[in-house]
Amino acid sequence: MAIEARNVSKRFGSFTALDDVSVTVGDGALMALLGPSGSGKSTLLRIIAGLESPDEGEVVIGGESVTDTPARSRGVGFVFQHYAPFKHMTVHNNVAFGLSVRRRPKAEIEARVRELLGLVRLDGLAERYPSQLSGGQLQRMALARALAVQPKVLLLDEPFGALDAQVRGELREWLRRLHDEIHVTTIFVTHDQEEAMEVAEQIVVMNAGRIEQTGTPRELYESPANEFVMSFIGPVNRIGDAYLRPHDVEILAHDDGAATEAMIKRVVHLGFEVRVELTLPDGRDISAQVTRATAHELELHEGQILPVRLPQPRVFAA
Amino acid sequence: MSSSASGSLALSPAPAGRAAPGRDGQRADRALRARKYGVRTVALGYLALLLLAPVAMIFYRTFEHGLTPVFDAIGEPNAQHAFWLSLEIVAISVPLNTIFGIGMALLLERGRFKGKALLGLLIDLPFAISPVVIGLALVLAYGKTGWLGDWLAENGIQVIFSVPGMVIATAIVSLPFVARETIPVLRELGTDAEQAASTLGASGWQTFWRITLPGIRWGVVYGVVLTTARALGEFGAVSIVSGRIEGETQTLPLFVQARFENFDVTGAYTAAVVLALLAFATLVLMNLLTRRTRADTAA
Repeated sequence: MAIEARNVSKRFGSFTALDDVSVTVGDGALMALLGPSGSGKSTLLRIIAGLESPDEGEVVIGGESVTDTPARSRGVGFVFQHYAPFKHMTVHNNVAFGLSVRRRPKAEIEARVRELLGLVRLDGLAERYPSQLSGGQLQRMALARALAVQPKVLLLDEPFGALDAQVRGELREWLRRLHDEIHVTTIFVTHDQEEAMEVAEQIVVMNAGRIEQTGTPRELYESPANEFVMSFIGPVNRIGDAYLRPHDVEILAHDDGAATEAMIKRVVHLGFEVRVELTLPDGRDISAQVTRATAHELELHEGQILPVRLPQPRVFAA
Repeated sequence: MSSSASGSLALSPAPAGRAAPGRDGQRADRALRARKYGVRTVALGYLALLLLAPVAMIFYRTFEHGLTPVFDAIGEPNAQHAFWLSLEIVAISVPLNTIFGIGMALLLERGRFKGKALLGLLIDLPFAISPVVIGLALVLAYGKTGWLGDWLAENGIQVIFSVPGMVIATAIVSLPFVARETIPVLRELGTDAEQAASTLGASGWQTFWRITLPGIRWGVVYGVVLTTARALGEFGAVSIVSGRIEGETQTLPLFVQARFENFDVTGAYTAAVVLALLAFATLVLMNLLTRRTRADTAA
């Protein structure tokens, strides 16, 4: 079902968490709310879930206004940042909770729990307690628990924030595939641009309680609306008022007349990519990104002086 | 305590970190062990002197002439009455304070309202005020010449010198325990799980019974045990409010005091032993309860 937040504002004392924010998420879409901490992304998610109430504005799920509907009647599945496990219950009972408070028949609960534990690959762990699970397993249990009640929409607050890098990567891919399987409208909050770009179809970039830009990962990267989006989505060189991606800086083998000279300060090998930190003749530092092959071919090393070409940088209207 | 202070020297060489424990390591080990036993001896000695020895003396004096006088003393009607009256007061005041304490803890920890700090302070008042003062205050409020006295008399309700007043007095002096033990546990629990339950469709009531209460049961159980112990042993406030009428408004602690003053040593000691055993049973019960619940949360 489609989710819509219309002109939502929320203040906590003198702090404005959300300032007239409107977001639309299409039916079955997978959207990321991306922004630094304090940008209001979690508050927006909690308002959609009904865990906070907006000072102004409206929340619409599936065409119906739910602004005054309590969280428990909104039909949302919510996964908390720290999973919020029910520590005194087994994995089975955690997942069964939503069905059991709805007093569903026992046979139905058993069947659904088994199905979901299979879906999140926790089959053998039904009788464990949350304290006996790893972070990744807790995360999947929380997801199964949220999905058990067949929510109209799924909301995830920093779903991978507390996991180590490898588990994180696996779970991202898995969430992507899960979404292809079950097609429930999903919004997740993250501060990690790479995560947002990898998982989401649509990204809403937030900053200081406002939306900076909404678009596909590609749109955001290729045509950022402003400096904030440009520098938040991927690395950036700032030259005065102009912005330039490091991979747009070209290091040349021979001066072609249009190039400027630069000196290599440092060469950082990051695997396939090599980051080259350069100093321009006017003393400004920029970084360039080249492939391992290029770096090898040009024999890049510290102190080397070579020609570089800076394509037209992007300038944003003030 | 000086032995433990000098023993802290053992901290400088770390015996556990040594690849091959040489003579130095052994010496450090011994110092560490000496310190450990030193601390234990001091702690146990203190406990023995203040608590174990006097209580053991009571047990000894009670049973020194065999079991017959003890059974006689227990069987005595006034002793029986005092015993059941004490249990009755506990059976009423402890559940009341448990419900009140949990409610207060929720209000103070989860609620947002003006005057919260003041309320928190008020709850602790029964700890700060002497029970005797509480007893006197109750007599002033509910007694014949008291503030509510006329109204109560007109409606045929007797509070002072009867069980209702004793229950009130007991409830007041043991009021803060459940709330005070529950609040930190409630804070530790946080609100995430409760919010998760609400997004899963649980009503406020369901969330409380299935999520909040199991989450705070530690604090509640401990609070209940302390409340029970305090209620069983209450003397000061109840002594004033009850009028100490033998066979009518005499609780077990009042009975002990009365018998002791009348040189019925066996009666006094026997009742004291019963009182001590009741308290002991409460503690054992708590231990069993918490052990079982701990097992089902498993670590």
